[in-house]
Amino acid sequence: MAKVTVDGITVEVPAGSNVLQACEAAGKEIPRFCYHDRLSVAGNCRMCLVEIEKAPPKPISSCSYPVADGMVVHTDSPMVRKARRGVMEFLLINHPLDCPICDQGGECDLQDQAVGYGVDHSRYAENKRAVKDKYLGPLVKTVMTRCIHCTRCIRFAAEIAGVEELGATSRGEGMEVGTYVEKALSSELSGCLIDICPVGALTSKPYAFVARPWELRKTDSVDVLDAVGASIRIDARGPEVLRILPRINDDVNEEWLGDKSRFAIDGLKRRRLDACWVRRDGQLHRATWAEAFDAIATRLDGMRGERIGAIAGNLADAESMLALKDLMATLGSANLDCRQDGSAIDASRRDFYTFNTSIAGIEEADAVLLIGSNPRREAPLINARLRKRWLQTNGALKIGAIGPQADLTYPVQTLGDSPALLTALRDGAQPFAEVLRKAAKPMLIVGQGALLRPDGAAVLAAAWQLAQASGMLGAEWHGFNVLHTAAARVAALDLGFLPGPRGRTFAGMMSGGVDLLWLLGADEFDTGRIGRETFVVYQGHHGDRGAARADVILPGAAYTEKNGTYVNTEGRVQRGFAAVAPPGEARADWTILRAFSERLGRRLPYDGIEALRARMEQLNPVFARLDVSPRFGATDPTGPEAGDIALSDTGFVYAVANYYQTDPISRASPTMTQCTEIYRPTLAVAAE
Amino acid sequence: MAEGSADGASADDMQQPADFVFDAASEAEIAGIIAKYPPGRQMSAVIPVLYVAQQQMARHTASAWVPRAAMDAVARRLSMAPIRVYEVATFYTMFHTRPIGRFHLQVCTTTPCWLRGSDAVTAACRAATGIEGWGETSADGMFTMTEVECLGGCVNAPILQVDDDFYEDMDAARTEALLAALRRGERPDPGSMAGRQGSAPEGGPMTLIGDAAGPAE
Amino acid sequence: MLSDKDRIFTNLYGLHDVGLKGAQGRGDWDGTAAILARGPEAIVEEMKSSGLRGRGGAGFPTGMKWSFMPKQVGERPHYLVINADESEPGTCKDRDILRHDPHKLVEGALIASFAMRAHACYIYVRGEFYNEARALQRAVDEAYAAGLIGRNACGSGWDFDLYVHRGAGAYICGEETAMLESLEGKKGMPRLKPPFPAAVGLYGCPTTVNNVESIAVAPTILRRGAAWFSALGRPKNSGTKLFCISGHVNKPCNVEEELGIPMRELIDRYAGGVRGGWDNLLAVIPGGASVPVLPKSTCDTVLMDFDSLREVRSGLGTAAVIVMDRSTDIIQAIARLSQFYKHESCGQCTPCREGTGWMLRVMNRMVQGRAEPDEIDTLEEVTRQVEGHTICALGDAAAWPIQGLIRHFRPVMEERIAQYKSSGRTARPLPLAAE
Repeated sequence: MAKVTVDGITVEVPAGSNVLQACEAAGKEIPRFCYHDRLSVAGNCRMCLVEIEKAPPKPISSCSYPVADGMVVHTDSPMVRKARRGVMEFLLINHPLDCPICDQGGECDLQDQAVGYGVDHSRYAENKRAVKDKYLGPLVKTVMTRCIHCTRCIRFAAEIAGVEELGATSRGEGMEVGTYVEKALSSELSGCLIDICPVGALTSKPYAFVARPWELRKTDSVDVLDAVGASIRIDARGPEVLRILPRINDDVNEEWLGDKSRFAIDGLKRRRLDACWVRRDGQLHRATWAEAFDAIATRLDGMRGERIGAIAGNLADAESMLALKDLMATLGSANLDCRQDGSAIDASRRDFYTFNTSIAGIEEADAVLLIGSNPRREAPLINARLRKRWLQTNGALKIGAIGPQADLTYPVQTLGDSPALLTALRDGAQPFAEVLRKAAKPMLIVGQGALLRPDGAAVLAAAWQLAQASGMLGAEWHGFNVLHTAAARVAALDLGFLPGPRGRTFAGMMSGGVDLLWLLGADEFDTGRIGRETFVVYQGHHGDRGAARADVILPGAAYTEKNGTYVNTEGRVQRGFAAVAPPGEARADWTILRAFSERLGRRLPYDGIEALRARMEQLNPVFARLDVSPRFGATDPTGPEAGDIALSDTGFVYAVANYYQTDPISRASPTMTQCTEIYRPTLAVAAE
Repeated sequence: MAEGSADGASADDMQQPADFVFDAASEAEIAGIIAKYPPGRQMSAVIPVLYVAQQQMARHTASAWVPRAAMDAVARRLSMAPIRVYEVATFYTMFHTRPIGRFHLQVCTTTPCWLRGSDAVTAACRAATGIEGWGETSADGMFTMTEVECLGGCVNAPILQVDDDFYEDMDAARTEALLAALRRGERPDPGSMAGRQGSAPEGGPMTLIGDAAGPAE
Repeated sequence: MLSDKDRIFTNLYGLHDVGLKGAQGRGDWDGTAAILARGPEAIVEEMKSSGLRGRGGAGFPTGMKWSFMPKQVGERPHYLVINADESEPGTCKDRDILRHDPHKLVEGALIASFAMRAHACYIYVRGEFYNEARALQRAVDEAYAAGLIGRNACGSGWDFDLYVHRGAGAYICGEETAMLESLEGKKGMPRLKPPFPAAVGLYGCPTTVNNVESIAVAPTILRRGAAWFSALGRPKNSGTKLFCISGHVNKPCNVEEELGIPMRELIDRYAGGVRGGWDNLLAVIPGGASVPVLPKSTCDTVLMDFDSLREVRSGLGTAAVIVMDRSTDIIQAIARLSQFYKHESCGQCTPCREGTGWMLRVMNRMVQGRAEPDEIDTLEEVTRQVEGHTICALGDAAAWPIQGLIRHFRPVMEERIAQYKSSGRTARPLPLAAE
């Protein structure tokens, strides 16, 4: 630790900190443009200048200067104020005065700092620089004349996103930031460039000229478009979600967000189910809630419970899943499943199906094995964390993969794609086994691509055995991880949304296995497998595959329109909040189920969401622990059941083929459709 | 071309060759260059290898420039991200990202040369080539004229650098004569056009005139 | 006056054989093994007591710089990088060493590397010095062939590799950390300091960067002794120095002289005097473009060394003496330097990237007089906002010539403005639609 005195306030900061951090510890705000605490230090904007006693007698950039014990810093001396005013003047001479038409207006670092350090007129009487705009793809809009050359975007692309495609070409006043060769940035995190750009050079293309920040209603929530559960802020005006931004959550997403989670929101306005529909004579007809409920109730009349089934979809909140489960129980049905992909999951113990190392725990790992998982497409934020760990270890982190070759933005040793490698690694018959065994904190990640196959259970069991044989299951370190792709999956498993005693599985409910099938937002399977005579109730928010096959449609709420609980792949319980009201007749899903139960005369025993949540906690105590890091060691070495089907020779195939469209919302999104088209060649390469 | 547009997609796309492959002579040179740097530090060779690419273009097309395909080839050869090569190629003035004439006339106009008449050299170049402005190429494709900063030969100012050679102590008449010789396919020996011995004063050295060639002690 | 026997660069003009044989005939490579046998500590001590100050411009004591290198080689190898990126306007001394006396540099590279426990040295030659780099490469090849460098250099038991690396047109690469970046294959953008190169330099390894002349004089200093060298020149400004005399003199030339020689004597004796006589002198830039200009009144008496020139608020810099007679448009002469700095700014940090362009544009108007008198003060302030606020010294270098101009020639600027006004034209630039 080093004692540093900042403007008379003495603070202790870790040795190796920079002066800017010490100033912040002392509560002194230091203006900055190029400095970003998650990027390497550039020291180029010169805005964070301070005065340091016994250092060279000139202003010193605090972001790049290391602290020393006994250092005395002044952040508000005449020298400092003068220096910052000077830098601000330089930044402004070539910066356009187009704030009124700039989307960064109102949330612009330059604008804010100019209030503090700028003057009311310009002494620069010459012509201003004009720079041609660059093309960075369908998501990031550029107005390069506004660029102040802080290079944050270049460092973000190279360091965090792992795509070395942005640079600064030419030099001096003529230096320009861009890709040089016109090309869409090939990153799933490109939207983060918008956040880190301190000015209006990089802004959101879909959000261009849509709103001013002060017009927006801000709601903190969680993302559901993958199973990471990133912390987000939903910005809405009136009934419309206008944008989604990441919130800082060091345990999960740090301050980044995947492009799908950020930009799929235009899908929330399209193909929406905003009214009930009932099929009559092969045609869907608009209906009232009472008519829709009647149609279902009529069909259910006299039907035995074992002929009724329910499938929970990938975006469902825990509350509605529990309500559906309870409804099914009142109907006498044990036919429940949340694994519409047929994924083999052993839910008998929580650490068989969660990401036990935790996302932040990746930063301790010293060897990683990916099993049928392409985290770049399945969970870009976890991929970014793996890359971060690789950088932290200066490339020493060894990462092996069983699956097709893929560019994950860090070096991966692809061992092959055969499941047999799991046993070879377990038995030490594969060279990478040595890497795993020698590691102090090895981890493996089982992707859905490894589980959604006939021999999935055997794969899961083999992966556990490998984890055990490689020292991944310690009292302090749990290196066995399942990476989910569905935001609803872990909560569903925690709630036991699985076949009960003698209940049918997902496959069992297909091909006429049940006479009435209730789909709670289940769209990720071939609905052609449903028996022709099966009566299908689709409850959800988008007119996607499930709704197309439905006999009755009940309009539900999307994640931005309801309060709900989600459990991410780590097993972290988080709450989402409604930012806008559901459209038209649509309602929050658990209330639909509650209302229907009343129609049946089998009223579910909760009148409000708090009571429902109490029931959730009662069913599984994990729901009582919100937002906590779920880390724990491995206590029981017994592994999951291997099932009846032995490991096959068929190679693993990744579960997500197209990152940009994985669910009804992103499929309805024109922006995501555009991304799919533009990035198709890249996707093809990544799939090699 | 530091002042040029950094925009990669422009009208010059017409002139960009679709691909670039190092020929055998270049490959041999590259192997020797990379060996100068420690293993894993082959990126250090980016400037010399860009020169190799530029020289190959000069051999094959009589125009010493680095097309984008060549930059990509350099990136592949040195395991670098292409953008890092684009950055280098546009940062350093001696790489030309668009075609140039057969002879590259580089007129130093920085103060020491200007004091001694670089304006006259520039004017003579203009008159002899028909080139109007800096960075332009003569209609016959023979000459490109560039304004360059101090070439580091100031006691022999003004200097006109033609490709890699310094022609020193220039004036209008000497410039005219030099360009005429180049047109005839001659390459006059570089150095002082006034007949001076290196940086010694006109009329011969004032120092080192004894037996300085002998041992110092 | 320095006598020929005390001159180090005995083939400055290339009158004699540049090759190894010729160099050996002039005393190079004489007893190199014995010098190395003294050991690194002794060599560094001798260099310290010689009083040699770096010849690249900053004048930092060379021996002390060498002593900053770690005394033990750890996991990371040490490097010496020699700065032959000679680009400071007015300066052309290293060029002569490279092309006419390269063996002094090669031998110096070996000795200095040995003293700093470096087994490898890169000489970074500016790209435009194509022929000079070839001459140097020939000397390196000869030295390798003769066993003077390479494995067991000079039979000393020390392995030493020397590589010539060419730049490609960027003045900023003469800044030591920009040079390291460039040598690593990146844009020549100066690094933040600390860490300093002696701790984290080339490839993250301990590195020292020295100017060509500083390294090339080392063998002679070590052969003839620190006492010999320090007896030349003036206290704290010891030794001989290569001077480049350019501009409005009758016979521009390079010459080696003692530090502390009066400027007037230097110009009169070696460069044939100012064109039109001493009284026709207007001003001199005494140390390369970066140092402030001096009016004739100062030039009459000033001595050419680090401290004397600092006292008159200029500097010795690279000892490149740019002479301007009374026919010179001094505003334009300095404006052309502003153009140089704008062209050479790397663009990395704000004050330099934006300030060099601003200063140039105002200077260009000052040349015409198309300005208001109060803009001279604004210009001065802008130079102060650049100076001391940048990552490297290029910002300072861009500011100083203008400060020198305003300090000594403000009346000329005011007169130009008045002239322009009396011609009935508008002074303030008319704003145009986007450039």
